[in-house]
Amino acid sequence: MEKKEEKNYIISTIVENKPGVLYRASNMFRKRAFNIDSISVGPTERKDLARMTITINGDEPIVEQLVKQLGKLIDVIKISVLNPQNTVIRELALIKLHVADAKARSDIINFVNIFRGRIVDVSIGSMMVEITGTPDKIDAFLTLATTFGIKEIARTGITALVRG
Amino acid sequence: MVKMSGSHALIEALYKEKVDVIFGLPGGAIMPVYDVLRDSKIRHILVRHEQSAAHMAEGYARASGKVGVCMATSGPGATNLVTGIANAYMDSSPIIAITGQVPRAMIGKDAFQETDIIGITTPITKYNFQPRHASEIPETVKMAFQIASTGRPGPVVIDLPKDVQTEVADMDFPEKIEIRGYKPNISPHPLQIEKATELLTKAERPFILAGGGVIISNASQNLQAISELLLAPVATTFMGKGSFPENHPLSLGVIGMHGTLEANKSILEADVLLAVGTRFSDRSTGKIDEFCPDAKIIQIDIDPSEVGKNRAIDVPIVGDVGKTLIELHNSLSKRLEKKESSLWSKRIQQIKDELRDKVRINQEKDLVPQKVLKELREMLPIDAIVTTEVGQNQMWASLYFKVYKPRTFISSGGLGTMGFGFPAAIGVKVARPDVPVFDIAGDGSFTMTANSLATSVSENIPVTVVILNNSMLGMVAQWQRLFYNRRYSAVELGECPNFVKLAEAFGAQGFRVDSIDEFKKAVKQALESHVTTVIDVPIPPEENVFPMIPAGKGLREIIY
Ligand SMILES: Cc1ncc(C[n+]2csc(CCOP(=O)(O)OP(=O)(O)O)c2C)c(N)n1
Ligand SMILES: [Mg+2]
Repeated sequence: MEKKEEKNYIISTIVENKPGVLYRASNMFRKRAFNIDSISVGPTERKDLARMTITINGDEPIVEQLVKQLGKLIDVIKISVLNPQNTVIRELALIKLHVADAKARSDIINFVNIFRGRIVDVSIGSMMVEITGTPDKIDAFLTLATTFGIKEIARTGITALVRG
Repeated sequence: MVKMSGSHALIEALYKEKVDVIFGLPGGAIMPVYDVLRDSKIRHILVRHEQSAAHMAEGYARASGKVGVCMATSGPGATNLVTGIANAYMDSSPIIAITGQVPRAMIGKDAFQETDIIGITTPITKYNFQPRHASEIPETVKMAFQIASTGRPGPVVIDLPKDVQTEVADMDFPEKIEIRGYKPNISPHPLQIEKATELLTKAERPFILAGGGVIISNASQNLQAISELLLAPVATTFMGKGSFPENHPLSLGVIGMHGTLEANKSILEADVLLAVGTRFSDRSTGKIDEFCPDAKIIQIDIDPSEVGKNRAIDVPIVGDVGKTLIELHNSLSKRLEKKESSLWSKRIQQIKDELRDKVRINQEKDLVPQKVLKELREMLPIDAIVTTEVGQNQMWASLYFKVYKPRTFISSGGLGTMGFGFPAAIGVKVARPDVPVFDIAGDGSFTMTANSLATSVSENIPVTVVILNNSMLGMVAQWQRLFYNRRYSAVELGECPNFVKLAEAFGAQGFRVDSIDEFKKAVKQALESHVTTVIDVPIPPEENVFPMIPAGKGLREIIY
């Protein structure tokens, strides 16, 4: 068989907002050996519904099977594979950086401004930065940040909505 | 609205779902339900091990097409059900398992006999519920039955905390219920029917592979109509055995690892394969890359995730098998005339004639499994139901016990659970007291759930067990002979137990037979006496099941 092309996919689902739904989904991923890149769950405009956003890198048959398996979960009400062209994609990252000296401190502040991020905590020897944007943008910031020394990172995983 | 306890609501809701029997065994965390059950019209059948309760519920379900119900207490009672639930999941059988649970406030505290049965059964159920308020019970039961029995059927667990069972609430019993995330796609897409019609009318060598879905969907007649219209031979998967009469001229028997030579050889000549209600399991297809690589494949299944899961499909059709076959037949009969024979049907007959009797059968002995099973078939009425255990006995049954009607052959396919057949037979007999029910068993498997003799005898549910007794875990021994240089490891069972005494100890009748004539006499006795019977049939310990396709090999590499 020919090797299928791997791509990043974002799958947005509407699920029942009740305990155990994330367990059922993640359990299915584990059982079927899907290697998910990220998963995020949050409330929607309706109290009884939640949005679960999944990102995965894979070829088309894998993603198709993932969508079908998600469809079989009784708590999953709606599934869409998002087209990145008309989707707003965001992720939030908190990054704790090592601050060696005053020069480093002002460089960090400069970079954070360029990335439209925010400094959310400052202490002696370290700073915490908040960056929001596409995963690429966060990756780009992290590449820069390694020059200072990264102490800790927390990323939310992707959340997304279709435009219009 | 009526005020009642959770337990009353449960029994009432089960009653409304027309449940007439529950297989189970009580314990602390389910006692409130048992207290109500005592006075209800629902029959309770007491098991001696909860695993058997789940198998009985499955036997009941598969023989009747209805939902089977089993019940156990929390902790060990619930975990004992797990094998049976997993079995029902793999074979898409509609059962509902009700488990007791510790009171709400104790959940998560590792209380006495607390087990996270929701966590444990999530990967092996279609869905599971743990109502947190008694008032949720009527709607939970309604949903459970709907989920278990529709679409691709499967097991559902209802886990009931003890204080939810006793809580009194206003109960509202819904007639119908909408589950917004659950809408099985029943009707096939007309465009796909058209594409399938196109392929099949042009096919020169059409071939039908029928799976368990045909039986579940009660679609045997529709299948036969299409087969006869196309003059397409039919091989069934192991789970599909019974979906097509095995004495029909177009029948090739069961395909796969221990399938017939006819089925495994002729499918490779097909140019268009119509696969109906089958998931292309490795046991059916052998090495998937070598499975009909040049044939165009049409696959019909109600479960979209099964379509194309194991094999790329040319025409996928998602829909109920029965409904789809009717529409496909309508569409085909507009384009095709029914004929008596074709080049292809003659070729199939030729293959059958050529290969019949090609498989070696021990000619020196009388009591060999092949002859015993052919004899048994001749003695049993056409609508008798057989279950099997797992191992060589099961595969011999598949090859040599021919089945002519759906729901008359019930076996553990997907999970391959030793010990399934006997309790399943008891469940079958409860559903179908009007027909003889036989378990074709191995000595190893039967020993696993032989304690169900107590249930069979004391609840007066007479079934017959025919043990093909090779004093071996025969199938494992066969693999050790073939693939491990005859190095036997942990497969010799010896002459243990004495099955006649075992049967008698439980109050059943037992026979040890030493010739085919004695075997026939024992079967006759079983059929006439209406008591639980165990027939111990000593067979040569080193008999192999052939044909065989070694694991991981293609159909071509069949040995016989
Ligand atoms: C519960 C369980 N344990 C182990 C196995 C593995 N296994 C498959 S066939 C078999 C031997 C079965 O022996 P027996 O029931 O005597 O049947 P025979 O093959 O001898 O006919 C075993 C151990 C299984 N399928 N199920
Ligand atoms: Mg044996």
